[in-house]
Amino acid sequence: MIDIKISDTSLNIQACIDWVMTPKAGGIDVFIGTVRDSTGNEPVVRLEFEAYKQMAINELRKIAEESIINWPVQKILIHHRTGILTVGEVPVIIAVAAAHRSAAFDACRFAIDKLKQTVPIWKKEVFENGSHWVSAHP
Amino acid sequence: MTINILAFGIARDILGSSLMNLQVNEAVTSDGLKAELEQQFPGLKNISSFMIAINNEYAQPGQIILPGDEIAIIPPVSGG
Repeated sequence: MIDIKISDTSLNIQACIDWVMTPKAGGIDVFIGTVRDSTGNEPVVRLEFEAYKQMAINELRKIAEESIINWPVQKILIHHRTGILTVGEVPVIIAVAAAHRSAAFDACRFAIDKLKQTVPIWKKEVFENGSHWVSAHP
Repeated sequence: MTINILAFGIARDILGSSLMNLQVNEAVTSDGLKAELEQQFPGLKNISSFMIAINNEYAQPGQIILPGDEIAIIPPVSGG
């Protein structure tokens, strides 16, 4: 089972864990992305996330399906926020349930790594003296 | 033909708009469109790279753009 969501309101970590729990799973791996307070030495004021929503949902679904094909995963959830997030807030939650822990760890790691490569979501880091779109410039 | 192009992230900053109409030749390919966009918006050459999406899928090399296709400029992604 797959649960994909892109939301402009706060993600709910407990609800994600509750959803991914299943009697067939012996282990759950959860990745929680968080907003860090600085990049290099510069304090971060906020992050702004935007998504090409329908394509992002499609690409997240492909990642979830690929996870299920490549590992014996029972359930996988990927939720991503858009909008303005401040330090300590949560832009992304990935939760994977599998019969055994190895698949849960591996699929969860795969999912976040692939999300960062393919999903049309962008973050802008805002500092006190400027801002930039992450990864846009060489 | 006229196509509508969605622009996100830094591409929106460069184009000055999240939606742009562009006149292109019939049977333009995604690669042809990229070249046309770089010519009209030279700022696009300063970013690492960008992709074209056609109807919510990354364009294949040489894919032809049809009237009514939803086109988007996809600058380097940074989700997560």
